[in-house]
Amino acid sequence: MSIRVGKTGNEAVAEAMRQINPDVVAAYPITPQTEIVQIFSSFVANGKVDTEFVTVESEHSAMSATVGASAAGARAMTATSANGLAFMWEVVYIAAAMRLPIVMPVVNRALSGPLNIHCDHSDTMGARDSGWIQIFSENAQEAYDNAIQALRIAENSNVLLPVMVTMDGFIISHAMEVMEILEDEKVREFIGEYVPENPLLDVDNPVTIGPIDLQDWNFEHKRQQAEAMRNAKPVILEVAKDYAKLTGREYGLFEEYRMEDAEVAVVVLGSTAGTAKAVVDELRADGVRAGLLKIRVFRPFPAEEIAEALKDVKAVAVMDRSDSFNAVGGPVFGDVRSALYDVENGPRIVDYIYGIGGRDVTPDHIRTVYADLAKIADTGQVENLLTYLGVRE
Amino acid sequence: MATLKELSKKEVLISSGHRACAGCGFPVIIKQALLAAENPVVVSCATGCMEVCTTIYPYTAWKVPFIHNAFENSASTLSGVEAAYKSLSRQGKIDKKIDFIAFGGDGGTYDIGFQALSGAMERGHNMLYICYDNQAYMNTGIQRSSATPRGANTTTSPAGTESYGKKQYRKDLSAIMVAHEIPYVAQASPSNWNDLVSKVKKALAVEGPAFMNIIQPCVLGWKYPSDQSMELARLAVDTCFWPLYEVEDGEYRLTYKPKEKKPVEDWLKRQDRFRHLFKPENAEIVKEIQEDVDERWAKLLAKCGEEA
Repeated sequence: MSIRVGKTGNEAVAEAMRQINPDVVAAYPITPQTEIVQIFSSFVANGKVDTEFVTVESEHSAMSATVGASAAGARAMTATSANGLAFMWEVVYIAAAMRLPIVMPVVNRALSGPLNIHCDHSDTMGARDSGWIQIFSENAQEAYDNAIQALRIAENSNVLLPVMVTMDGFIISHAMEVMEILEDEKVREFIGEYVPENPLLDVDNPVTIGPIDLQDWNFEHKRQQAEAMRNAKPVILEVAKDYAKLTGREYGLFEEYRMEDAEVAVVVLGSTAGTAKAVVDELRADGVRAGLLKIRVFRPFPAEEIAEALKDVKAVAVMDRSDSFNAVGGPVFGDVRSALYDVENGPRIVDYIYGIGGRDVTPDHIRTVYADLAKIADTGQVENLLTYLGVRE
Repeated sequence: MATLKELSKKEVLISSGHRACAGCGFPVIIKQALLAAENPVVVSCATGCMEVCTTIYPYTAWKVPFIHNAFENSASTLSGVEAAYKSLSRQGKIDKKIDFIAFGGDGGTYDIGFQALSGAMERGHNMLYICYDNQAYMNTGIQRSSATPRGANTTTSPAGTESYGKKQYRKDLSAIMVAHEIPYVAQASPSNWNDLVSKVKKALAVEGPAFMNIIQPCVLGWKYPSDQSMELARLAVDTCFWPLYEVEDGEYRLTYKPKEKKPVEDWLKRQDRFRHLFKPENAEIVKEIQEDVDERWAKLLAKCGEEA
């Protein structure tokens, strides 16, 4: 039996971490992630977890110590946001290359500069090619569910990659919602006992981790890393199935909302999906064949599956909550558009960059996107490949 | 104090066949440090000569568990390893006593890894951090670091018509570590092996963090014949440029006092990185370097309660 509770996103993730009971957490406070660290500290202070909590002096050291702990053979976690993730950058890549199954909640916040503490996806989008699995969450329930599933995905022997579980800063991290959590035993049973491969602390079988790896082997190792990311896709789906048995909540690589016969569709990640679903319902009531595709797993990128889901749509709008400054469009746009390239007579596709620096996105904004799509679907003509939505120009 | 006979019976935990330069000082330091350990050791190492020379995949010279993460995070990486050990021991998943040693060169310790080192020491991890101080960024080709002595000719503090080499005196990192009020801080030299081994033993025995700063002659960077490394290490000690001392719970103790304090010139002259200092126009610089050594030595003697 699940337990119904009222929790903010940060509280929900901290609760998931308590139930996961990692051997080591090394973390540094940063808005809007800070509460996760604070709440987890209180679990440590009150003996609710077996965790050794390392109060590092920076995010660089947070990721470094997490890598050390994971390589040592511990289940190790950290959490961060924005500049904290940027400060970890170097070691984020190393964690993936070392094939360490670290799980890291990231509370999405605009990456400086200018300094801003509110939500956009520029932090995790920047890390999209770091070799981490990235799972986005629409709400606190999903952040909680994704955090627990992430453990199983990361530790799968065909994967062994670190996972970022994201949620939108403030919008989700600080907003209270009613959600369901599992009993502690259920979570422990679901994630199982962690059996590390070749841990450093096995002193009778010494291993060298992180050697210099030059022209003769580096490419093979990077190739294996790429393969692990491919392997992750079926594993993510298997884990989701098992999780559904436990909770009744089934997750895919993405969620299709009213896509059955959709002529126009929006592709979106994170909390905006909730707002957009309400608009879809409105439009459907008015007879508009509108749908929505919410990407949950951004890395590995479900290109074939997205192409299949969108192939019969006439016009698609990607909503990017970050810019790639490539003078073409946002990062999600690039990937989705590329996924659709091989679809014959596929949809027209446009990009909307929105919500930068926490700029509010309202149903009105999303209505304009669907209105634009209706026009494109009618005429087959794209006037603006890229639109900045809700900005003073 | 360890006897040579005892040490000779122990397994050497760094294998031959690594790719350090002929005459390099750090393999000697690794060997001596690991010989001192009573328990199994887990090592972390910063990016640098030590790491690249001992680990080129698929080879390793390490007979103990070893992790290299990046340049500036040897201390924080080992913090995580040690935290994992504490957690798993507490949960009854590990029942062995294990010692933890982090290595870093002076660049990875005094400069880019300084914050991670300070954090690890402040948090009180039960680990020993050893800086192998060869006084410049040797792995990238002899660039000045904050450990480089005044007057040294490096590739980023070159001596020239308008310059006598590095302008600044070296940062006294050992003193900064003492200021962290950790249980044990020491300076050592591979030339004085017994002193070094005894200090590592003490450092590993204390509960909490320990820091050792070990001078490491570098054939390429200091520019001297490759059979003279230990002589140069000894001269650094005997000129009092690199005094051997330890600080246990704040108490200073001189562990070696040269019978005759040699002029710093004796050490400088043996290294081509200081050759330009012996041109007439730089005589004043050598004098100032001597005064600086004398002043620091006098202060250290006072702290150690020794007579001048």
